[in-house]
Amino acid sequence: MNLAQALSVVIPALQDALVVHANGFISRESFNLEDRLGNFYMIGSMGLASSIALGVALSKPERRVVVFDGDGNVLMNMGSLALIGVQRPRNLVHLVFDNEVYGSTGNQPTISSRVALDAVARASGYVDVRRVEEADQLRAATQELLAKDGPSFLLVKIEPDREERHIGRITHEPQHIVRRFMEAINQDL
Amino acid sequence: MVSGPQFVQHLRNAGFDFFTGVPCSLVKGVIATLEERGGYIAETREDAAVGLAAGAYMAGKQPVIIMQNSGLGVCLNALSSLSLIYALPCLLLITWRGYQGKDAPEHIIMGDILPDLLSTLKIPYRVLEEQTLEDAIGWATSTLKQTSRPTALVLPPGVTA
Repeated sequence: MNLAQALSVVIPALQDALVVHANGFISRESFNLEDRLGNFYMIGSMGLASSIALGVALSKPERRVVVFDGDGNVLMNMGSLALIGVQRPRNLVHLVFDNEVYGSTGNQPTISSRVALDAVARASGYVDVRRVEEADQLRAATQELLAKDGPSFLLVKIEPDREERHIGRITHEPQHIVRRFMEAINQDL
Repeated sequence: MVSGPQFVQHLRNAGFDFFTGVPCSLVKGVIATLEERGGYIAETREDAAVGLAAGAYMAGKQPVIIMQNSGLGVCLNALSSLSLIYALPCLLLITWRGYQGKDAPEHIIMGDILPDLLSTLKIPYRVLEEQTLEDAIGWATSTLKQTSRPTALVLPPGVTA
């Protein structure tokens, strides 16, 4: 499974969840697959997607909040896992697409091949931590975690794209992304 | 000196309702007050606090981030590539270590460049004084609304404890 394939499995299960996206190909692939109103695309500030999602989750406990994160992002802000584990927002699901490379800068290796990010999440206090590698497992785990109390952590081990991905950048202006996302947060369900 | 509880009350009266940050000894009393009342989120890094505040703002909160000026250095990318371009306001309550060149060595350079650094980032700021604290908080509140960008209140030693 590559990133686009993994996202194609996860996106249909999201329903009305608010999804904070890490920068790079995670934002771009998701945007090109389905540009949901409840998607926040973080185009800069690498590492902070899970912090942004935690801020939303704590402030809107009645809404389901999902993070689409990457291994490079998690390694850059590992303290965020600790804080999520301590704050324990029940409405937060943290998905990490781990391809063991910095994809959008040319597949330079991260160190996640030698660091068990799921073990870090478990030690930090996430209440449900899982690791999947196959599409069927990913589909089942996503559906289960979206239906239960968290915070939960799903490490999705994927293959890096060997060929360069010619995939567009986010075409929305940053402030437009905020307006849409705030509308999605405030809509009556 | 403004006491910690008084300082926090001024912030609450102005509508701020989400508090996070990384501590400094210059705001011990403020953080102790927030911790006692519950709801203060002790972040691990100042830039993560900028992310946390961004999420809280989009979900309807008026966030305050407390940090030492050393933490402003940590936040440069979070402010420039998140808060400023997405127009996500937050009040930065920044303590001024290295004020007038008197402090431990690690604070001297940041203490010297703090006002220039805020100006370079185009973040509006005021330096707090005990007598004008309420006015400054009022100014920050209206500036946050007008600009929809981060606004800073800089806190030298001796204003609160």
